[in-house]
Amino acid sequence: MNDKQGTWKVVRRVALTAGVVALSAMAFVACSSSSSKDKTPTKSAATTPAAGATSAATKAATTPAAGGSSIPSNVGKADSAKLTGAGATFPTPLYTRWFSDYKASVASGVEVNYQSIGSGGGIKQITEKTVDFGASDAPMSDDEVSKAAGIQHVPTTLGAVVMTYNIDGVTTALKLDGDTIAKIYLGKITKWNDAAIAGQNAGVTLPSADIVVVHRSDGSGTTFVFTDYLSHVSAEWKAGPGTSKNPQWPVGLGGQGNEGVSQQVKQNKNSIGYVELVYTKQNNLPAAQIKNKSGDYVTPSTDSTSLAASGVTIPADYRTSIVDSATKGAYPISSFTYILLYKDQKDAAKAKALVDLLWWAIHDGQKTTTELGYAPLPKEVVAMVEKTLTTDIVSGGAPVLKP
Amino acid sequence: MRGLDPRELLFRGFVTIAAMAVVVILLLMVVELTHTAWPAIDKFGLKFIWSTEWNPPKERFGALPFIAGTLVTSLLALVVGTVIGVGAALFLVEFAPPYVRVPVSYMVELLAAIPSVVYGLWGVFVLGPWIQKTSGPFILDYFSWMPFVKGPALAVGVLAAVLILTIMILPTIIAISRDVIIAVPRSQREGILALGATRWEMIRIAVLPYARSGVLGAAILGLARAIGETLAVALVIGNSTNVPDSIFSPAYTMASVIANQFREVENSTHEAALIYIGLLLLLITLLVNAIARALVWRVTRGQITTVVE
Repeated sequence: MNDKQGTWKVVRRVALTAGVVALSAMAFVACSSSSSKDKTPTKSAATTPAAGATSAATKAATTPAAGGSSIPSNVGKADSAKLTGAGATFPTPLYTRWFSDYKASVASGVEVNYQSIGSGGGIKQITEKTVDFGASDAPMSDDEVSKAAGIQHVPTTLGAVVMTYNIDGVTTALKLDGDTIAKIYLGKITKWNDAAIAGQNAGVTLPSADIVVVHRSDGSGTTFVFTDYLSHVSAEWKAGPGTSKNPQWPVGLGGQGNEGVSQQVKQNKNSIGYVELVYTKQNNLPAAQIKNKSGDYVTPSTDSTSLAASGVTIPADYRTSIVDSATKGAYPISSFTYILLYKDQKDAAKAKALVDLLWWAIHDGQKTTTELGYAPLPKEVVAMVEKTLTTDIVSGGAPVLKP
Repeated sequence: MRGLDPRELLFRGFVTIAAMAVVVILLLMVVELTHTAWPAIDKFGLKFIWSTEWNPPKERFGALPFIAGTLVTSLLALVVGTVIGVGAALFLVEFAPPYVRVPVSYMVELLAAIPSVVYGLWGVFVLGPWIQKTSGPFILDYFSWMPFVKGPALAVGVLAAVLILTIMILPTIIAISRDVIIAVPRSQREGILALGATRWEMIRIAVLPYARSGVLGAAILGLARAIGETLAVALVIGNSTNVPDSIFSPAYTMASVIANQFREVENSTHEAALIYIGLLLLLITLLVNAIARALVWRVTRGQITTVVE
């Protein structure tokens, strides 16, 4: 966590001095590099509606009120409130950046105290109403929702889980499909030169060595997304370990946090592990290309992650899984991360400050996402969240934010 | 009882409360642990102890992998640590000249002051790679005929945890053993030497039997530290819920599973099961202490006890 934050500081300083030029340059580089690596021809990417949506989403991030709403993104500039939130560790660097940017450039009176205690803790605290908002990587279960009546999920950004590896003599990007990953983690595929892996990696010399499987030892939203994906692509996984923050791993060794997993992968030859996209970006770890539903091997990137939420049906409460997305060019192990708040807000001033902040976050705030390794929300999701914020969050019987 | 002096009464009251506080705190902890672990105790009963399944999403819990991991790593560390520790203590007392004894004793005490996370990180960055690249392949080449020795040699696992724990409990064992051995009366040594014993015979006949109970006490204190150690072990043991079948297998301990999983529990049963493990850990520590007391008592029956006991 600490060296992460150190990195953020550096990134931030660079970004502040270089300003908009750096931002647009980075976005451009990210776009062009991923589309060439993804094996998705640039031509088709430009013509498919889904890819069109992302480029629109990138644009949306730079213009306030993407969905055609008339509310400016800095609507909360006169707000004054002290907000407290708690929850997921995964979006913490982004949230910390958002809250300080918001205070510095939009509403100097809004101070947010966010404690990254983990998704489970965030859900617990918002259920007990000891915080103004919670945060979670995994959507709340039906059981959890029933204990927190009137809770609203608001997606803020997207993250992806990346397969990283350390194989003797393999320098090019490894290609894997979901079924193979599931079999590796089930202990059904135990050698790197197994036909299932070799068949997808023609021209790569794979050693006949045992696969060292690495997973998280602590309960984690990252594990939830990863196992959710495996449950979607493998019936055997679904019937076995299933989707969970703490599954019973049939094989492998556990590392604590992204750091622990990547450390084990680096140290143990012929190993494979899974970490967050943000973490691989900071540490330059090798990342496997994963075969998605439309049959392409996709390199994990902020763009391919955004695509996963594009062109899919999202329910009004946003409690959905976007893994194994059918969209062309979408990275299949992707997920939303959420802020949780009550629809009916008791304190009108706090409610306004919170909703205004979220309004800013889904518009101007999206600009900072790619810079930190998170994926921006696609345009259609931003439009949905706009509607949620302007109609569903009420205080004293009236919507907090009126269009 | 001339205890009418109010200061005397005040002092007596204070020391009584201090002593009772320890008892009350322990009792309250047992009560609270039992209370919060009750859903799991009620659901799994004693079967929890020998069941090997740990499946939070399906709400099926058994603690055997953790109990096995804790006992195997702690007991192995105890054996290695006691042999090295008593050897070192004997050297310091019986053989070392003062200009060696003083700095070495000082360093032993420094070793005890290093935080456990530092040991853990050293385990991850130095010990792990050494096991994987150097000692592991060597052991596999020459000793794979032995039970519980099979590959592949990973950077984390039972062996790494045992070595880390050994180093962590050494200061305790050396320091206490040294004090106990020093306390063996000079006259006893001189007497046996006067009978024509060699130095080795003197240690075997006059020193070790006399220091037995103290050395045992030192070992038990070391064992208690090994059983409870959390962070360093969590970093090097590999955190796998499968029962280990080799010294290179990844395993898990009771303390580290609580540390790893308590923050993001799956459901309330998972939380209760983790607290149930905490309760078992407390009971195992109690049991170890009881066994230790019994051993010390058996060994010292009819003997003058040494300073430590």
